[in-house]
Amino acid sequence: MCGTCGCDQTARTAQTVNDISRLSPPRTEQRRLQVEINLMAQNDHWAALNRKRLDKAQCLALNLMSSPGSGKTTLLEKTLQALPGSFPVAVIEGDQQTEQDAERIRAAGAPAVQINTGKGCHLEAQRVSQALDQLLPAAPHLLFIENVGNLVCPAGFDLGEQRRVLLLSVTEGDDKPLKYPDIFARADLVLFTKTDLLPYVDFNRDRCLEFARRIRPGLPALSVSATRGDGLTEWLEWLGQPG
Amino acid sequence: MHELSLMESLRDILEAEAVSQQFEAVQVVELTLGPFSHVEAEALRFCFDSVMRGSVAENAELRIQWQVAAAECPACGHRCSPQTRYDPCPACGAFGLRIESGDELMISHLEVTP
Repeated sequence: MCGTCGCDQTARTAQTVNDISRLSPPRTEQRRLQVEINLMAQNDHWAALNRKRLDKAQCLALNLMSSPGSGKTTLLEKTLQALPGSFPVAVIEGDQQTEQDAERIRAAGAPAVQINTGKGCHLEAQRVSQALDQLLPAAPHLLFIENVGNLVCPAGFDLGEQRRVLLLSVTEGDDKPLKYPDIFARADLVLFTKTDLLPYVDFNRDRCLEFARRIRPGLPALSVSATRGDGLTEWLEWLGQPG
Repeated sequence: MHELSLMESLRDILEAEAVSQQFEAVQVVELTLGPFSHVEAEALRFCFDSVMRGSVAENAELRIQWQVAAAECPACGHRCSPQTRYDPCPACGAFGLRIESGDELMISHLEVTP
């Protein structure tokens, strides 16, 4: 008896299935393949190409990473103002939406390309490569890549930069290294920003740095207040140091 | 949510493998992840199902194998498997373990049908 409706068609149905299986090509078994492909391979490929292009152009590229609102764009505006007018600098701005940051950079006197990532929470090397197409012909010596404000996702994506700078504003709290260790693990410099606000917030620089150096032993650190200009000289010196 | 772009990379890789290794459909995708690979398994699964729709891996099963990290203490040379990037050495208590592996984001195996 048929299990669906109780009719007596079981035998015929089985026969039909048998006929169909005889007509269809022989069934091949499921295969198991060993592949070993890195999921980051595509991004890493573009990052390697970017690094090659930047080296050839003798351009130092820095990937600036931080939470949103830690002062990346303000630091860049002040940096551009502090550098000699003839010094060739370019900026890539990463945000989910708007052209606002690129406009601020252009107003401060440097060419800028805005990358809008839409739903993306970080920059990827292929988009940076497209921005390089626009910026490298002007032969910049220094390229700032302002990543999307986020202490998590940008950590995993190599953009082809030579150095990674992690900004941490004093208003964010000194426990951030332990909460977001991945982004500290590959940083070349931690830059404490908004230090003019230190009298008003409970931020212990030594404690924060001790946490950061548990993850990245020997991590260099600088402090700046972009609005007051404190620490900008040391920041410019660090930029000028050979990698 | 960078898991979304990781799953888009996975889809592109699977589409390319389908051509080079000559298969029609992927039934199982096995990933090997390290504890410091900065991905969330649940977020990966969520993105996997939606990104694979309409691809060679539509309705495929995602299996995740977690790798154990390996590190060496720079102070005493003890070898261990830290759980976080800032674990102290379990033998001498020093910080700054030299992490040798733990950030794997690998496609290790596929089960495919012709």
